[in-house]
Amino acid sequence: MHYKRVIPCMDVDNGRVVKGTKFIDIRDAGDPVELAAHYDAQGADELIFLDITATSDKRATVVELARRAADQVFVPFTIGGGVRQVQDAHDVLGAGADKVAINSAALARPELIDELAQVFGAQCVVLAIDAKRRPDGSYEAYVAGGRTPTGKDALEWAREGVERGAGEILLTSMDRDGTNDGYELRLTNRVANVVDVPVIASGGAGHPQDLVEALTVGADAVLCASIFHYGSHTIPEVKDALRKAGFETRPIAANPLA
Amino acid sequence: MIAIADYGMGNRRSVEKALAHVGAASVITSDVRDASAIILPGVGAFPEAMRSIERTGLGEQLIERAAAGVPLLGICLGMQLLFESSTEHEGAAGLGILPGTVTRLESPRLPHIGWNLVRFGRESALTEGLGDAAAFYHVHSFACRPADDGDVVGVSEYGERFVSVVERDNVMAAQFHPEKSSIDGLKMLKNFAALAAVPVA
Repeated sequence: MHYKRVIPCMDVDNGRVVKGTKFIDIRDAGDPVELAAHYDAQGADELIFLDITATSDKRATVVELARRAADQVFVPFTIGGGVRQVQDAHDVLGAGADKVAINSAALARPELIDELAQVFGAQCVVLAIDAKRRPDGSYEAYVAGGRTPTGKDALEWAREGVERGAGEILLTSMDRDGTNDGYELRLTNRVANVVDVPVIASGGAGHPQDLVEALTVGADAVLCASIFHYGSHTIPEVKDALRKAGFETRPIAANPLA
Repeated sequence: MIAIADYGMGNRRSVEKALAHVGAASVITSDVRDASAIILPGVGAFPEAMRSIERTGLGEQLIERAAAGVPLLGICLGMQLLFESSTEHEGAAGLGILPGTVTRLESPRLPHIGWNLVRFGRESALTEGLGDAAAFYHVHSFACRPADDGDVVGVSEYGERFVSVVERDNVMAAQFHPEKSSIDGLKMLKNFAALAAVPVA
């Protein structure tokens, strides 16, 4: 039985969870690890922490985040931000993370994907792609928190990333991110069609039905942030919606740790 | 005190933190001779892991302690290492604490990653309170083939049905990661920790 996954995502800036709209206009949503532990208890299948702090000691920051998360989170979690070389990934995984997400560093030096996959296995390597729609309908990969275009076609980049050893694609639509208007289904579908690894749809979830639609067009997992952070919907609510739509979700234990 | 066997591979820290969460003290160590229970974690390739285990002297300790009746729990690769041999890479002999072998999972898409349902075919100390089935987080490409059906506690399905939980007297193992399987996984570790509190004759 393969279960589709619901993945709450914490964007972390200076130790606090933040969530913006289209990567700007950022609001505070609390302590990342406390929030993550809460989502674990609610039935989150995995968790993602993306550190967006723009400081030089970023590596130390993400290792500490992984360490704190491992103390309180007992589902698999991914850490992104600050992983630029194999040693960074080694430290983050050693601190208790299960996977690392890479974005800008991989676009700057694609061989990083090969190196990480070789040392840790593809299952540890998540390629995060921030994609923005071009006027002609194609999609371009952006870096630096969505500020800088790379000139690289997002679909081509996804395909190349998987060939190099990425085990998963975390696909964010910059046009939908934080809007609650639903995922960019056309983008999700296109990327899911060109790669044979799981695609995590990200950017735009506002209603349980949005999650159903992303899974319907080929996503293997759905990432949510503001929909959960600001309490508009809970994880049990969205899982209930997924089940009603015919997607199996993992059974959640009713038995307390008594 | 529960010893988490340290041979340089595996997510020892996650196991330690999960045990702490259920109130069980543990220590990460390559000397397990005084432990009241032992956990053998593991991530990586079988032959490399066996080389590390032999190099640290853990192999003999684990075999001796298991025979002495100390509760022993293998997790993921740690489960596979308990068996007699594996075909991974060039192939290698295992600890031989449990009868059986380890071969590649018969599935079109590997590794097997994600939450999967484990059905329990018999009762065991490890799965007490978990009902007939529960979901756990799996990450692996190889699976154990126990020689004795009586050792099989739980099976999962991914391309084929494979054994994901075993128990033979004081020796038990899970192919998935209880330390990453939320409440049900923590429950399993709590069940194991309870065995550590019982004095070994």
